[in-house]
Amino acid sequence: MNAPRPQTLVAKVWDAHVVHRLPEGPELLYVDLHLVHEVTSPQAFAGLRGKRRTVRRPDLTVATMDHNVPTDDRTRPLGDPVAAQQVEALATNSREFGIELFDLTSPRQGIVHVIGPELGLTQPGMIIVCGDSHTSTHGAFGALAFGIGTTEVEHVLATQCLVATRPRTMEVRFTGTLPTMVSPKDMILALIGRIGTAGATGCVIEYTGDAIRRLSLEGRMTICNMSIEAGARAGMIAPDEMTFEYLANRPRAPHGDAWQRAIERWRGFASDPGAPYDSGVTLDVSDLAPQVTWGTNPGMVTAITGTVPDPTSLATEAEQQAARRALAYMDLEPGMRLAGLPVDRVFIGSCTNARLEDLRAAARVVAGRRVSSRVRAMVVPGSQAVKAQAEAEGLDRVFTAGGFEWRNAGCSMCLGMNSDVLQPGERCAATSNRNFEGRQGRGGRTHLMSPAMAAAAAIAGELVDVREWP
Amino acid sequence: MSTPFVRHTGRVAALPRVNVDTDQIIPKQFLKRVERTGFGPSLFYDWRFRPDGAPDPAFELNRPEASGASVLLAGANFGCGSSREHAVWALQEYGFRAVLSVSFADIFYANCCQNGLLAVRLPAEAIAELFDRHERAGGRYDLTVDLEAMTVTDAAGFRATFAMEHYQRDMLLRGLDEIGRTLLAVDRIAAYEQGREA
Repeated sequence: MNAPRPQTLVAKVWDAHVVHRLPEGPELLYVDLHLVHEVTSPQAFAGLRGKRRTVRRPDLTVATMDHNVPTDDRTRPLGDPVAAQQVEALATNSREFGIELFDLTSPRQGIVHVIGPELGLTQPGMIIVCGDSHTSTHGAFGALAFGIGTTEVEHVLATQCLVATRPRTMEVRFTGTLPTMVSPKDMILALIGRIGTAGATGCVIEYTGDAIRRLSLEGRMTICNMSIEAGARAGMIAPDEMTFEYLANRPRAPHGDAWQRAIERWRGFASDPGAPYDSGVTLDVSDLAPQVTWGTNPGMVTAITGTVPDPTSLATEAEQQAARRALAYMDLEPGMRLAGLPVDRVFIGSCTNARLEDLRAAARVVAGRRVSSRVRAMVVPGSQAVKAQAEAEGLDRVFTAGGFEWRNAGCSMCLGMNSDVLQPGERCAATSNRNFEGRQGRGGRTHLMSPAMAAAAAIAGELVDVREWP
Repeated sequence: MSTPFVRHTGRVAALPRVNVDTDQIIPKQFLKRVERTGFGPSLFYDWRFRPDGAPDPAFELNRPEASGASVLLAGANFGCGSSREHAVWALQEYGFRAVLSVSFADIFYANCCQNGLLAVRLPAEAIAELFDRHERAGGRYDLTVDLEAMTVTDAAGFRATFAMEHYQRDMLLRGLDEIGRTLLAVDRIAAYEQGREA
C-alpha cells in the first residue's frame, strides 16, 4: 500500500472547505469568517437588497469601520459628508442584516486585520475573506485568508461561499537569526525586493524556516500582511505553540473542552514533510540590514546602508522606465545615499505595523528624545484595544512627550482616505505597506520601513540606520 | 449580473507602464461613494488631470487619438495592489470593454470577470507587437477582441489567441449572475454546514 501523498498546509485548509467541485474546474469553498468594512461593502449590501437576498450567516460575519474614519476627535460628526454617508451605510446595513459591528464608539473598534486576531476570531485552518487585499494578514495563524472584490463580498454574504480556483504554492523559507534592531518588516521588504511585486502572482506563499518559528504572532502578521505586495493572494504560517498561546483566552476563541479539541485539530494544519510546492525561495536573515523603499512600489527597496539604484542597471527596458519614473516622482538621483535623506512626516500605523510590539519598538527608540523640529509625526494604533494597552504601559506618554501626535485607531495615512494626508512634495517615513504614487496624498513621497526605523527618522529628521542609534 | 461579452471592436489606448496599481486607476479620495457608478470621471485621476484640474495633455489617455478608446493596452502586472473593485467600475464607466496585458494582479482579474470587463492575457511578444502597431498607426489603431474565438485581431493581419478558464469564459460570455448560480447548490451548502457544525 502506498503511503498517503504529503500535502501542503494550503492544500489541507483548501480541501477541508470544498463544498462542491464545479464541473468546469473551480471549487465552491466555504468561508468561516467574513470581515466587512465601510468602503468595499455598501454596493454589496445594495446588491442583496435589490435581489431580495439575505445574509446567509450573519453569525460568521463581523463588521468594523476603519478605512475612512477620523483618528483625531471622533465625538463630532465626521467632517467629510461623503465618508459619513459610508459609515452610516455600514451601520444601517449591519443593523438590517443582523451583523455584529464594532463602530466608532466601541472599545474594540480598529483596523479590521488588527481586531480579527485580537478578538480571537482569526483561528488556524479557517478560510477568512474580506474586501481588502491585506486580509492576507490572518494567514499568520495558519488560516487561508485573502482579499476579494465587492461583487465577491456580495457572493459571500449571500451564500457564505466563494467560487475559487486552487492556487499555486510557493514556499518562502527564512533561515538564520535576525540581527538586533532588524524586524519582520525588513524580512518581508527584502523578500519583495528579491522576487518583485508580481513575484508570487497566482500563488499562496507559505512562510517556513527557523527565522519564522522564532517570530511572535505579531511579527508573523507583519510578514503575511505584505504577501499581497509580492503579488500573492495570501501568505500562511503553520500554527504552533506560540499561536495557541496567543489565542488562549481571547474573547472569541474556543474555551474549556472546545479549546482542547480545537488545539488538537489545529495541530494538523501543517505541511507534511516532503509536501510539494510549485516554487520556493530561501532567504538567510543573519546579515539582513534595515530596509527602506526608494521608489513607488514595495519591490523598489534596498538596505538603509545602500544607495538609490541607477535605472540603467536594471534588467529590462520596462523596469528601467518604471525606475526612471519612480525617481522623478520621488525626487531622487541615482547613487544618492538613503541615509541622511530629510523627511517631513512620519507615520507609525497601519495593519502592517500598528500592533503593540510595533509601538513598543518605536517607543524604545523615542524614549526621552524629541521629534525633529522639521518633522510632523503621528502614531495611529491599529485598534482601540492596542491604544488602551499602550496607554496602560505609558507608551502614549513617551510619544506625546517626544512631540508625536497620539491618535485613535484606523487606517489613517496608510491610504489617506480621511484627512491624514501628505501635502504635495512632502517626504514621509511610513510603517505602512504601499509607497504607490499618491497613496498617502497626491504628490506625497513615501518611504516604507520598520517602526523602529520610522521612529528614528522622526527624531533625526532624516533617514538613519537604527542599528547605529545611540 | 454583468453585461455579456462576446466580441468587441474598438479604439486602442496604450498605457506602456508596468505595475499600474489600483491606487492609480482610481485614487482613494473617490472611494467614498456607496453606489457602483460615478467612478468614470475619476479614472486615472492623478495622471489625467493636473493639480489645477486641467487635463494633462502628456497623459496617454488624453491624446486626441485615444478619445473614445474602449480597449486598453497595458504594461505587465496591471491592477496590482488594493482589492478595490471601484477600479474596474471606473474603467468600464470610462468606456473600456477589454484590457490587454502580459499579466494582471489576481484580485483585479477576478473583479474584471465579475463585471464583464474582459482581461486578456497575451504573451509578451504579442503585447510588444501591439504597442508597436499602435505607435506606428499614430495611436489611430483599432482591435477586435473575440471571446468566443479567443482571439485578438486587427485589420492588418495581426492575430493572437489567448486562453481563459472555461468557467470564467462562460460567465463572461453569458453575463451570468454567479450568486444565483451558487444558490442553486444551496442544499450542498447546507449539507456542508451540518458537517461543519457537528
